[in-house]
Amino acid sequence: MTAPARGGRGRVSSAWRKRLEIAFFVTPALALFALFVVWPIVTAVQLSVFRWKGFGPLTDFVGLRNYVTVLGDDVFVDSVVHNLIIVGGSIALQLPLGLAIALLLNRKMWGQGLLRTIIFVPYVLAEVIAGVVWFQLLQPEYGVIDGLLGAVGLQAPEQGWLGDPDLALLTVLIVLTWKYLGLAVILFLAGLQGVPEELYEAAQLDGASWWQTQRKISVPLLGPTMRTWAFLSMIGSLQLFDMVWILTGGGPANSTTTMATYLINQGTRSQNFGIAGAASVILFVIALVMAVLYQQLVLSRDTRSDVVTVKRSRKKVTR
Amino acid sequence: MRKTRGAALIALGGSVALVLSGCIGAGSGSGGEETSQNADAQEITWWHNSNQGEGQAYYEQVAKDFEADTGVKVDVQAMQHEDMLTKLQAAFQSGDGSQIPDVYMSRGGGELAAEVEAGLVRDLTEDSADTISNISNFTDQYTVDDKVYALPYSIGLVGFWYNKDLFEAAGITDVSPNPTIEEFEGYLDKLKDAGTTPLSVGAGDKWPAAHYWYYSVVRECPYDVVEAAIESADYSDPCFIKAGEHTEEIIGKEPFNRGFLTTPAQSGPTSASGLLATGKVGMELAGHWEPGVAGGLTEDGAVPDFLGWFAFPTFDGQGGDPADQMGGGDAWSVSASAPDAAVDFANYLLSDEVQQGFAERDMGLPTNPTATGSLANETLAQLIPVRDGGGVTQLYLDTRLGQSIGGAMNDEIALMFAGEAGPQDVVDAIQTAAEAEQ
Repeated sequence: MTAPARGGRGRVSSAWRKRLEIAFFVTPALALFALFVVWPIVTAVQLSVFRWKGFGPLTDFVGLRNYVTVLGDDVFVDSVVHNLIIVGGSIALQLPLGLAIALLLNRKMWGQGLLRTIIFVPYVLAEVIAGVVWFQLLQPEYGVIDGLLGAVGLQAPEQGWLGDPDLALLTVLIVLTWKYLGLAVILFLAGLQGVPEELYEAAQLDGASWWQTQRKISVPLLGPTMRTWAFLSMIGSLQLFDMVWILTGGGPANSTTTMATYLINQGTRSQNFGIAGAASVILFVIALVMAVLYQQLVLSRDTRSDVVTVKRSRKKVTR
Repeated sequence: MRKTRGAALIALGGSVALVLSGCIGAGSGSGGEETSQNADAQEITWWHNSNQGEGQAYYEQVAKDFEADTGVKVDVQAMQHEDMLTKLQAAFQSGDGSQIPDVYMSRGGGELAAEVEAGLVRDLTEDSADTISNISNFTDQYTVDDKVYALPYSIGLVGFWYNKDLFEAAGITDVSPNPTIEEFEGYLDKLKDAGTTPLSVGAGDKWPAAHYWYYSVVRECPYDVVEAAIESADYSDPCFIKAGEHTEEIIGKEPFNRGFLTTPAQSGPTSASGLLATGKVGMELAGHWEPGVAGGLTEDGAVPDFLGWFAFPTFDGQGGDPADQMGGGDAWSVSASAPDAAVDFANYLLSDEVQQGFAERDMGLPTNPTATGSLANETLAQLIPVRDGGGVTQLYLDTRLGQSIGGAMNDEIALMFAGEAGPQDVVDAIQTAAEAEQ
């Protein structure tokens, strides 16, 4: 670079100074982003067009064959369906339950803090620990739940809650609800804090009952919170892995596989890293499409002028 | 993500000056400790999976003895089995000689063949000729293109471990060491009549269920037929279908513990091994590791003394040799980049002295003939004459076929246990996976 003219020196150097400052603060983050986000994605795409056993050079180029294999595999198609059931089921179960509990806990009453803590505790537990605990509770014959049912004269399912292909997915869904209800409640409670007290007072002066106040004021004003929560829940459900892996490992008879368990099963278990790569790219695309659609169709009314939320959500997706 | 965050802290401290490319370069260069080991280095690394109690202490001693004899220092890393497999896979993936241990455990079969193809394993045919001639009965599954790439030090059998007390309580007084399928089904019926769950199986982990199918294959298909099928990737021989029918017949008796489709193999008291160890079921199909595993799952940590063993049942008019068994074992491989001292160490591990100590501690079923008599546990010792009785020991088929085909096969057999796949489906799954591999 040629030296700048003497007169403009101060302005130019301050502009460069600014750029240097930006580079100084942004580079570490960018480097990490490239290393831990961009590079793995590129590698996954690269792997997905090869057949690779996990060691040795990448030589066996197969084009899009891995994608054909994955999309033609009933187990994968089923796992997508399971993911979608979990997306829908989580929202259908947790939204009404979470809302009801949040509205109740929002009332001034004795033991409010304690109850809030109790509801939130499952969310704080590591998913793996919660999974192992539930796995033992749900054991057929020797598990606590079967024992309790037996004590009151009820017949537990013959193969257990997790061992029966017809019940396993529902059981997983219920455990997930137990685990994640606390998050919904705490978010809704936070949302309720944002509802101005004057609105309640005005309603009371107008003679509205408690029910009417909740229906006409709390719930509508909680809309943005609920929509954001549903978005987080959806992304979490699409990426679901830990709980399923511990409770059922995808079984029995593949009745609880998710895209992530399929990926692990093909990758590290069967050494089909190319197929796993293709599955991960498809998982990424599905999650991205659903997230973008949700942004456009549902969240847009909340985020039209709120750039921060959009960015935060997007970051979630790429993870 | 936790890893990312830890790395973030380090990077924030140090990487401010780093440009993007420099950072990625550091990532793939991994530590930069490029010790290009030469052929006569005096330090070797050894990974094994005897990470508990007496076994671990014994291997520490073995390494010290070797150092005292030869002056070669052995860096011993004892790991839990699954951890070791994951770390080995990661080391192979890196393709970096300094990351791969010099002496490590191999399970043979298709897995070993894949490692050989990738040039990761050292050919031991010449350097270990004496050792190999001593254990030649067992080196078949560790041989690729007539070259031996691993030295088997423990070869065990799969069979039924049963609870002698529960059998007696059910009125089964005469347990045959090698029952026919009729006798075996008689045991199932009697146990059921006595109110005992006859069998536990960890079908949640898939391979324990798959063992039923593998063993049925050994009973119906002569060893050569299986090897020819693997060689030609053609599994159309009707014996494979017959094997599936036998497996279905056993499943049809509904002998398994409740919830067996998600029961894990060995983890915890409600696993398949746990149910046997705590006296909840009559028997379990498992390998020579079972006494050790069961011992770890009882309250007092002792191997239950009610354990007995008999072989997988034979079928009337079966196509396979009744003396053939299904099992497998562990072998020592030497990595391609290892110094010569590593080969000496692998040979030392197969020496009479080390194998005898190995047997005395019941760490496995030794392959060195001078050590087979040293087993302390009588039930384990019972397996030796069956193993060395003239038949061939077919390796676990998932290991034999390699993880890619083996995984597809195990998935399908697990479906068979759920009643959602038949004999033909299992064969089709293997055929499809084998063709994808071509």
